[in-house]
Amino acid sequence: MAFLDLLGFALGALRGHRLRTALSVTGVAIGITAVLALTALGEGARRYIVDEFATLGSNLVIVLPGKVETTGGMPFGGVTHDLTLEDHSALARLGRLARTAPIAVATETLRFQDLGRSVPILGTTADYQEIRRLRLALGAFLPSGDPDRSGTEIVLGAKVARELFRGEHPLGQVVRAGPARFRVVGVLAPRGLSMLGFDLDEAAFIPVRTAMRLFNRTSLFRIVAEVRIFAEMDQAKADVLALLKDRHRAEDVTVYTQDAMLASFSAILRALTLSLAGIASVSLVVAGVGIMNVMLVSVTERRAEIGLLKALGAPAPRILLAFLAEAVILAALGGAAGLAAGAAGVGLLAFVYPEFPVAIPLWAVGAAVTLSFLVGVGFGVWPARRATQLDPVAALARR
Amino acid sequence: MIELQGVWRTYPVGEGVVHALRDVSLAIAPGEHVALIGPSGSGKSTLLHILGCLDRPSQGRYCLEGRDVGTLSEAERSQLRRTRIGFVFQFFHLLARLTAQGNVELPMLFAGVPREERKARAAQALASVGLLPRAGHRPDQLSGGERQRVAIARAVVMNPAMVLADEPTGNLDRASAQEVMGVLEAMNRQGLTLVVVTHDPVLAARARRVVHLSDGMLADAPAGEA
Ligand SMILES: Nc1ncnc2c1ncn2[C@@H]1O[C@H](COP(=O)(O)OP(=O)(O)OP(=O)(O)O)[C@@H](O)[C@H]1O
Ligand SMILES: [Mg+2]
Repeated sequence: MAFLDLLGFALGALRGHRLRTALSVTGVAIGITAVLALTALGEGARRYIVDEFATLGSNLVIVLPGKVETTGGMPFGGVTHDLTLEDHSALARLGRLARTAPIAVATETLRFQDLGRSVPILGTTADYQEIRRLRLALGAFLPSGDPDRSGTEIVLGAKVARELFRGEHPLGQVVRAGPARFRVVGVLAPRGLSMLGFDLDEAAFIPVRTAMRLFNRTSLFRIVAEVRIFAEMDQAKADVLALLKDRHRAEDVTVYTQDAMLASFSAILRALTLSLAGIASVSLVVAGVGIMNVMLVSVTERRAEIGLLKALGAPAPRILLAFLAEAVILAALGGAAGLAAGAAGVGLLAFVYPEFPVAIPLWAVGAAVTLSFLVGVGFGVWPARRATQLDPVAALARR
Repeated sequence: MIELQGVWRTYPVGEGVVHALRDVSLAIAPGEHVALIGPSGSGKSTLLHILGCLDRPSQGRYCLEGRDVGTLSEAERSQLRRTRIGFVFQFFHLLARLTAQGNVELPMLFAGVPREERKARAAQALASVGLLPRAGHRPDQLSGGERQRVAIARAVVMNPAMVLADEPTGNLDRASAQEVMGVLEAMNRQGLTLVVVTHDPVLAARARRVVHLSDGMLADAPAGEA
């Protein structure tokens, strides 16, 4: 087979010029490694921040009573129904929602012995803990069970517990809020501001039915729900709206998700990744120029060889095919070496910093391999092509 | 078989032009042995390159075996070089990474000759220049004379109608030169057309016909006329 013979010739040429071969392979490999390493770092940073954000409740659907006109016009009349615990029970049965929690809220003065402190008190259910990923320093969160149950348990935010108890052990103690008495069952681990701009360290939590009676409310403040599958956010939102519209016989609630925030955040991060990809591209271009030089010089060096082949009557297309085979082998070897080095480097990074989610984006692999392949092959073949277009004497002339 | 009519070859150099060949007309019959002599820079190599289809006349006609080379495409001229012409260079032009055998196989490899046939024919060609025992040596393991004989084997391995040699003995001592010329002349006796550029009057005298070039012009009569 003529092609196999040409391939053999190409391999012989690569073996015959070891330094040139090594340089070309290294050039391609460095380009690919650089792109992979840089984009993996960028992608890792992006994922890290997205993950952090997701734990703050990015997959939540939040329902408020009343129709909020986001278009800017004044809200028109129409009776606004209360958002009730029955609404919440109905929502809890929706298949796309994993968890739901009702919230009633008011600011009350909590008293322990002679100390008093005004704090926002949230009436909610056990599921709120999972939805907000709350961690406890002491005890447990509100007991699960019928949301309609009027319990007297209270869970305190870290700061509330600290200021109210001043070193005394809070668990099992009784605190008062207005006329009601609560038994402390848990204290939250310090956490800081939540994404809703609400400082959970300064809040306290009681069962929702008790809270509504205490605050003298008929409507919930809101209902939060966690969507089972992040990708079904929009359908889940539509389900919630449809259900409440059906129950209230009017569209009188507002449903919003935090994914809009996440999306804009993600866009910023994508910009970060893209700018890193930009750096990577620059490094790829630099590597590409390196590859180009090595290929250009080595093929130019072999102009005499091309001249000789032409003088011996070798058809130009076959000469080109041999050089193409060489360039393809070089680019493939370099590509494989670069991918291996890049993967190894990123793997090492992941091993040293396991909590940092580095990952090589697939598009970066594609871009790096494609570009270095094109550069390698292009500049391996282009000067050869120019040499084959010369008369053999001109190509043979030592210059 | 070779017929040149009013061939010019000019090179643009700076503002002006250099006339390497001026109005050269020449006919060479099949089987002839022609020596091409003349002072340095007289255009001998240029003429030989044109005969070998390695270069093209700036002006004039070159007919090889009845075909006007000037009208042929690059692929057709390439085929002529492959099948009808063997070229021997002063500086051998062997590929350093290939063995003698590999170098002799080279024209056949690019001509698409199957592997087994390549091997057999290369061995035969090497045997005809007395180098079969050196088939596995690379050029840097061979003497100058041996290298040139490898180059001759490469030139004849495709069974060309003519061999063009540009100072094939220019880099060799007298003994090696004798060997190399002996090989070429033996091939000529078997019907191969042979054109040899040489500086050596002794070698030139062995040719049946001597062609003088001087300043790009032909002087078929011996020198001293002007
Ligand atoms: N590529 C070129 N560009 C410009 N001038 C050239 C070129 N090649 C040859 N010449 C000129 O053409 C003339 C003939 O050159 P050629 O090589 O044919 O001489 P030659 O008879 O073979 O000489 P030598 O015996 O030294 O090999 C010379 O004057 C040379 O300078
Ligand atoms: Mg010369």
